[in-house]
Amino acid sequence: MSQPVQIRVTVNQTEHAALVEPRRLLSDFLREDLGLTGTHVGCEHGVCGACTVLLDGETVRSCLTFAIQADGRSVTTVEALASPDGTLHPIQDAFWEEHGLQCGFCTPGFLMTTYELLQTNPAPTVDEIRDAIAGNLCRCTGYQNIVKAVQSAADKLRAAPAAQPVS
Amino acid sequence: MKPPSFEYHAPRSVDEALTRLSEHGDAAKLLAGGQSLVPLLNLRLAAPEVLVDLNRLDTFAGIDAWDGGLAIGALARQSALERSNLARERLPLLVEATRLVGHPTIRHRGTVGGSLAHADPAAELPAAMLALDASFVARSTRGERTIAAADFFTGYLTTVLAPDEMLSEIRVPGVPPDTGAAFVELSRRHGDFAICGAAALVTLDERGHCDRVRLALCGVGAGPVRAQAVEAALHGAAPRPEALESAAQRVVEAIDPPADVHGSAAYRRKMAVIMARRALALATERAGAATPAGGSGR
Repeated sequence: MSQPVQIRVTVNQTEHAALVEPRRLLSDFLREDLGLTGTHVGCEHGVCGACTVLLDGETVRSCLTFAIQADGRSVTTVEALASPDGTLHPIQDAFWEEHGLQCGFCTPGFLMTTYELLQTNPAPTVDEIRDAIAGNLCRCTGYQNIVKAVQSAADKLRAAPAAQPVS
Repeated sequence: MKPPSFEYHAPRSVDEALTRLSEHGDAAKLLAGGQSLVPLLNLRLAAPEVLVDLNRLDTFAGIDAWDGGLAIGALARQSALERSNLARERLPLLVEATRLVGHPTIRHRGTVGGSLAHADPAAELPAAMLALDASFVARSTRGERTIAAADFFTGYLTTVLAPDEMLSEIRVPGVPPDTGAAFVELSRRHGDFAICGAAALVTLDERGHCDRVRLALCGVGAGPVRAQAVEAALHGAAPRPEALESAAQRVVEAIDPPADVHGSAAYRRKMAVIMARRALALATERAGAATPAGGSGR
């Protein structure tokens, strides 16, 4: 049964049917089979957090999840954050404005982690922000501006809660 | 890297899962949260022929009241334990330990039973369960048995679980009133495995002396270690800082720490004493705060 298996996964509200080998990682399924290359793969063993996506609304490491485990479930990737017309999500705006990135490789993971944090805790303290993003590694910036960006994103979302995407 | 090829089963019932395990024995691995197993697969450090994915089971995930404490389904996610009001009321040590396991994203997937069965010597939950005198229920097609935490961990990444057994439930008895608990650890970054950590439970009598002490450590040997010499040294003693300090020194009698890139064996011995002292002091302070007579506050 290492033969390919048919799965159906809803990704960013679009249902996809695909044949996958059981060993196919969700990260590779998203990037290579669906062409959703916004989800980045850094360490590929669960340390760096770049591949973070939402599975049924909760963050998971897509490199530690098999695509077959998402069968019948719903995945949200960074591509779902901006509006279809390209307008950035307030979290993305905040990272842009606060220089919460340099090379941008880790950013998709930070955005999805921030998205979950602000869904559950709309006004996090600095300590809570640092605790929440501790599982995401950035090798460029240090974390000062990332923390500022999360604070700014929290302010924006509290001011305009309608800007939340559906997942 | 990518995981090696494997035969995949996602049983919908416990019986089916146990049957698959008994069919494949040593060739099979159970996939629970996958936060330890999948890295091992991706790094090609493990290559089981068969994976039995437990994520389609809808059992063994509850966190329920039991004997003053908790009965925790082996498949309960760590984040569920962390958020459980019942756990916070009855066994705050487990909540404190769980919050030190990886990161929120890891705990969404990681399971309580998975952490125990994986038995990483630096992991927090095995040490907490040892301090709490928990027992583990294991099932196979041959039946069910209950194993005390003290008998469960046998060495580096190994337990007494047979290849055809899976954990179904963790039973953690309640603690006496006037008990304070604390889990403290030393790690390079928040969320890393502990270089060493200590779980302490201190119960005070009406005079404010130590009536019952439990101390278990992680990261200081091949598995979690209970430091009975420390517990005995404090029995009946007034928990003054000097007493805690001298008792904590006896941790070294119980441990044989490894040396690795994070620190030498000597460093770990030294840190184990400090973690033990801090955990005992914090547990004592919390026990004092729990008594009507007050104490040193929170």
